[in-house]
Amino acid sequence: MTTRRQVTAGVPRLAAIAALLFTTGSLAAEPIKIGDINSYTRMAQHTEHAKRGMQLAIDEINADGGINGRVIELISRDDAGEPGEAIRVAEELVSREGVDILTGTTLSNIGLAVASFAAQNKVLYLAAEPLADAVTLQGGNRYTFRLRPSTYMQAAMLAELAADNPATRWATIAPNYAYGQEAVAAFKAIMSERRPDIEWVGEQWPALFAIDAGAEVLALSAAEPDAVFNVTFGADLAKFVREGADRGLFEDTFVVSLLTGEPEYIDPLEDEAPEGWLVTGYPWDKIEDPAYVEWLDRYQAAYDDYPRIGSVVGYNSMLALGAALEKTGGDTDPEKLVEAMRGLEFETPQGLLTFRPSDHQASLGAWVGYTTVEDGQGTMRDWYYAPGEKYLPPEEMVAKLRPASD
Amino acid sequence: MGFILVQILTGLSSAASLFLVAAGLSLIFGVTRVVNFAHGSFYMLGAYIGLTLVALFGDLFGRGHLAFWSALLCAALAVGAIGALVEIVILRRIYRSPELFQLVATFGVILVIQDLTLWGWGPEDQLGPRAPDLRGAIMIMGEPLPRYDLVLIAAGPVVLLLFWLLLNRTRFGILVRAATADREMVGALGVNQAWLFTGVFFLGSFLAGLGGALQLPKGGANLLMDFGVLAAAFVVVVVGGMGSIAGAFLAAVLIGQLQAFGVLFIPQSTLVMMFLVMAVVLVIRPFGLLGRPELVGQGRQMLDDPLRPTGWRFKALALALVALLAAAPLWLGDYGLVLLIDILILALFATALHAIIGPGGLVSFGHAAYFGGGAYAAALLVKYAGTPMSLNLVLAPPAAALLALAIGWFCVRLSGVYFAMLTLAFAQIVWSVVFQWGTVTGGDDGLLGIWRSPWASDRVAYYWLVLACCTAGILALRHGLHSPFGYALRAGRDSPLRAEAIGIDVRRQQWAAFTLSGAFAGLAGGLYAYAKGSVFPNEMAIARSFDGIIMVFFGGVQQLSGPLAGAAALTWLKDILFRLEMWRLLLGLAVIAVVLLFPQGLAGFLKARFGRFFGIRPELSA
Amino acid sequence: MTGAVLEAEGLAKSFGGVQAVKAMSFRVAPGEIVALIGPNGAGKSTCFNMLMGQLRADAGRVRVLGEDVTGWPPRRIWQKGVGRTFQITQILPSFTVRENVQMALLSFHRRLFDVFGRARLAHADAAAALLERVGIVDLAERACGLLAYGDLKRVELAVALANRPKLLLMDEPTAGMAPAERLALMELTSSIARADGVGVLFTEHDMDVVFGHADRIMVMHRGTLIAAGPPGEVRDDPEVRAVYLGHSLDAETVS
Repeated sequence: MTTRRQVTAGVPRLAAIAALLFTTGSLAAEPIKIGDINSYTRMAQHTEHAKRGMQLAIDEINADGGINGRVIELISRDDAGEPGEAIRVAEELVSREGVDILTGTTLSNIGLAVASFAAQNKVLYLAAEPLADAVTLQGGNRYTFRLRPSTYMQAAMLAELAADNPATRWATIAPNYAYGQEAVAAFKAIMSERRPDIEWVGEQWPALFAIDAGAEVLALSAAEPDAVFNVTFGADLAKFVREGADRGLFEDTFVVSLLTGEPEYIDPLEDEAPEGWLVTGYPWDKIEDPAYVEWLDRYQAAYDDYPRIGSVVGYNSMLALGAALEKTGGDTDPEKLVEAMRGLEFETPQGLLTFRPSDHQASLGAWVGYTTVEDGQGTMRDWYYAPGEKYLPPEEMVAKLRPASD
Repeated sequence: MGFILVQILTGLSSAASLFLVAAGLSLIFGVTRVVNFAHGSFYMLGAYIGLTLVALFGDLFGRGHLAFWSALLCAALAVGAIGALVEIVILRRIYRSPELFQLVATFGVILVIQDLTLWGWGPEDQLGPRAPDLRGAIMIMGEPLPRYDLVLIAAGPVVLLLFWLLLNRTRFGILVRAATADREMVGALGVNQAWLFTGVFFLGSFLAGLGGALQLPKGGANLLMDFGVLAAAFVVVVVGGMGSIAGAFLAAVLIGQLQAFGVLFIPQSTLVMMFLVMAVVLVIRPFGLLGRPELVGQGRQMLDDPLRPTGWRFKALALALVALLAAAPLWLGDYGLVLLIDILILALFATALHAIIGPGGLVSFGHAAYFGGGAYAAALLVKYAGTPMSLNLVLAPPAAALLALAIGWFCVRLSGVYFAMLTLAFAQIVWSVVFQWGTVTGGDDGLLGIWRSPWASDRVAYYWLVLACCTAGILALRHGLHSPFGYALRAGRDSPLRAEAIGIDVRRQQWAAFTLSGAFAGLAGGLYAYAKGSVFPNEMAIARSFDGIIMVFFGGVQQLSGPLAGAAALTWLKDILFRLEMWRLLLGLAVIAVVLLFPQGLAGFLKARFGRFFGIRPELSA
Repeated sequence: MTGAVLEAEGLAKSFGGVQAVKAMSFRVAPGEIVALIGPNGAGKSTCFNMLMGQLRADAGRVRVLGEDVTGWPPRRIWQKGVGRTFQITQILPSFTVRENVQMALLSFHRRLFDVFGRARLAHADAAAALLERVGIVDLAERACGLLAYGDLKRVELAVALANRPKLLLMDEPTAGMAPAERLALMELTSSIARADGVGVLFTEHDMDVVFGHADRIMVMHRGTLIAAGPPGEVRDDPEVRAVYLGHSLDAETVS
């Protein structure tokens, strides 16, 4: 098992540093330190792969000569899934380790907390994973940028197809915390706009990671919906899928489910993965874009494992920061970095991405499709890549929700 | 009709695992008077070991019924053996200590098992294997009920029946019943008490393991299971009456039904409901549905030293320490100040908690509610009233005190383990309200943007403010314990009979002390909110309460300066361990080591070693 | 009838169908020393606990200085002017001897919620005087948890005197003490009672103590009073002799 608390220098990185020393001889060049905060113990299925993605990108940047002769160093810390702990860790990274940039973070509430910390302490923060819209809208600030498509964007992607379904009686189930509530609200709003005839017949709010699946499924069935919007994930999702299948909830019900197609969540379900759910996800082995396939080979060569969505996000987050640092010429002054990040364009295995200046949201998209089981393993069928720029929150929405900041 | 029936059956099936865990917990408490906080960990181990054994037996003997069910049974037996081992190695040495020792020791076991499980099975959630031939559902009055639910529904009554037979038809059972009724009697009967206790621990842990293994087909195994089931199991045991197996069954069924129907009517407040039921039951029947008051054993009290005036040397030392701290910005880096701010705030929190645990003789397991209460009071004021920092810091203590006043009214009517459980229940109610009332409290997003006033925005300035507030708070608490009020509080702990006989209303004294302690915890919380610039529900969670207790314990329950030493030691230790892999294992071992080897704590140790120089020496506490 | 410090009227208590105390009535006058005796299980402790408010009586009334205190909690009865010592001493082990007395004095002066003063400095002289009176002033600074049993009994007495009581209730005041100590303690108790006009009700197993110090003796048997009167009268009571047949009464009173 790899160290979760602090990343020790991997062999490839050592090689890269050695190469640097011999080629440039810049012995005195201080590394550029990037602080990574992630829920390594609480959300391990996500974060381990995110770290691999980040490390791969850093190794490649460093092997390429680093930024102006300076290597990038990643310092990782566990936040134990608690925002308070994340703040503590952020303080430690900034004031003791002297990191120049903060990144990582998985859970939405942690993303919001670190965003607030970044604004208070004037440190550049790239929120890689957290989905909450508030990270770039209500809680958005000058120093915070976000890579992954937000709850609103993913709900919009799903609603596009979901609106074509004839179902009119919809029920929702979501973990009873901010992310779940936000996702349900966003999906309801977009769906009701497209389909005024839809009736919302029930909503269930199990406590996060404490679902009483049998009772929840019964309560959902009692509302007799034609369609269900699901936001549960992780252990809750597994229990929900099992109970729902046993109790026949999914037999004639159209299910739309956030993130369920990501390997992090669908793989543990094995052959019990649901059939025909409309989901956002990541069909890692089916994408045939040459740039992606080339990256996939590199990734699998480095880790002898297939990538998860965390790997993609982690890798791209380092590409983004690398590009920003290139743009400032290696200057780590936060104000200059912020200016560099706004409208920054960077090439990734998912194509050319950019950060929208108005809300600091990146244009990374997601894969939308239907779940299915192949060879005893859950995966996606009939999927396509939904580019993020198509689903960004409208500018008026940004203007309304995002606090004014320079 | 069919729908309601199936809903009831679903409630019964989800009660099964809960009943098994709670029955084991209740049995262990009934006989040994140990509240085993590690019981949730045994449940988790049952699930993980079951997972491994099902796969292993499946490979060895084919995936039939025999392999599956024997794997679950073997998993439970293995957990039973682990429980017995914990009893032999750790708990056997501290039966005669106050209950706080056992609580802290089993908490150490939780930490150790968490990391060992992570190390053994990895961090990913594991999906449980399906029971052979039990996929799908049967139809009951037109409604589907999963087949495996039938197994679970049967499991509860079957275990209850087996229990009844064991307790009434075997020599072991007679001894268990005798010990539950009167622990002293067993020794008198010439029974080897040590082996009886080990046997009970084996049985109790076996049940927890079985509960964990049996739920595999409904879910699986993950690293959050231990705390997840622990809170619910405690509710069941306390509602049913500690030590009563039948009570546990009744309560598990009650809670199961409550959950099953609760999600129908109030899907948003599932967390609050359970603890609310517990609080209501305890207020009406303080010893649970089927519990008996005489079971509430107060562990043996450890004798404190009388409060002696400290010599000038000690005062000089304290003064030097404050001077050194005041000059810290000169010799400490930025991060050092961050750590010191944490230490000072936590020292104030621990000192407030210590006043209740030590001189008050009441183990409050929910003091995070007042720490968090103060923090939230300050944050809510910022958010909704926009009042300045200085005013908010002044208002945080009374807000927390108000909370403590209300909760304390219920809690001081009980003592010992029941007091601990009730404070825990109320803290959980407060926590779940904050957690689930997102529109006001921000839910688990917390409240952000708790900026300091410009004059204190600089870290050094704020550090001095924290130093001033915490020093004043700690000195005030210290003075309070030397005041007539503090003496009366200690009198109630030392001898409730004597206290009453000299006109002291012990409960009122405790109630007032609880409220005051809440106020100081609230001040600590307010300072914490501004130190971090944000507040989250975690500041009210069980883990924060545990932190407080461990700080008090590390420092030494019997010494007034204990919490100070404890807060410094724990924060420093955590900061070092935190960057290591398996830090929880190390912290857990440290906690267990302190319980077994340094029961007098850091301050007690220092007092014994260096006290003479300062004109103080251990008299009774050694 | 006025003037009695303590009056009990028809006190009764049963535990699960067993009548521990049946319709007890008696009174204690100021300055009077009354012993309540009886074999084990006669109901003495139950009776005591009802007088002090530790137990709720099923029936009957208790009056202290003419005021009905039935059903009052112990602390209120104490405030009325009743001091009490316990069969198994109840002192505050983590307090010094002087602090034990100071605690009672603080309560007497209604300073229990004073958070500003220093308890150690409060009523120090009065405490010292009380300790002087019971003869343990030299132990004042010792922690009670370290004291010998006989000394603890004296501390209890000093504590019980702190509220200037009109009535002392003493449950086996000399149990567990050496014979010489017993007599000395009772000597002390009677001298205080007579000097201050304090009524004393005590239970006791040591017949030397009972017959040597009581003005009046009440004998309980199976929950009822079977005899009451001056020592000589009680000694000769045939029913009492029957109850105590083979018990210490014969052996000790004859000697």
